[in-house]
Amino acid sequence: MSRNAARPLSPHLSIWRWGPHMLVSILHRATGTANAIGGGVLFIWWLVAAASGPAAYDTFYRAATSWFGYLVAIGLTWTFFQHMFSGVRHFVLDTGAGYELKTNRTWATATIIGSLAVTLLIWGAVYARSMH
Amino acid sequence: MGTGTGIGRVRGLGSARHGGLHWWHQRLTAAGNLILVLWFVISLFRLPLHDFPTILQWMSSPFVAVGLVLMTVSVFWHLKIGLQVFIEDYVHDDALRVAALMALNFYAVGGGALAIFSILKIALLGVKG
Repeated sequence: MSRNAARPLSPHLSIWRWGPHMLVSILHRATGTANAIGGGVLFIWWLVAAASGPAAYDTFYRAATSWFGYLVAIGLTWTFFQHMFSGVRHFVLDTGAGYELKTNRTWATATIIGSLAVTLLIWGAVYARSMH
Repeated sequence: MGTGTGIGRVRGLGSARHGGLHWWHQRLTAAGNLILVLWFVISLFRLPLHDFPTILQWMSSPFVAVGLVLMTVSVFWHLKIGLQVFIEDYVHDDALRVAALMALNFYAVGGGALAIFSILKIALLGVKG
């Protein structure tokens, strides 16, 4: 694309003061990529293992229930809910609402608090159940 | 096609043609994911165990099998569009970008096919334990 190098470009990340809306925008891409590759590959592995038989499923099951497996599962729980809450926020922004500075900041922050809270709730409940 | 400036090139290629199709599919599959993946997460949470017999038993239900197939279509379609935007924004080398987009399409279609075939095999034929 032909571009006159003398004309100014719009300022990028480095020039703005950081705010939650910028963090959430970056997190939306990062968590989406993590879900797409991490979540996608594990979902395929899980299904193919189940369709292949008990031996293949056992290999998956042992990996999934190792400490590293739980770490990945907790991580994917957070990336899913962060992407989901941020996605719901995008649906609202699509209608043209929620761009006022204060409102925008509030709901950007809410997606982070929401995703952390739901992740904590789910895995807290899983842990509590395992204690019985 | 305009005068060769950036604006001249994109003029006329907006939503009146098919420029808006990805945007719409992104939202459509996002809504699908919202319903289906939430159902999936809650279902996994509610299952008492996740061992081989429990999972097979669970997937033999038509509602579960169809739900999983629909979720696979929605999720892999959504990730195909989403990662495409990611690649187009950050991979600047032409050859590398084309290779990355091709790999992405293979992953989305191949992965989705593997998942759907596995779900159907379990639901329709069962798996010998």
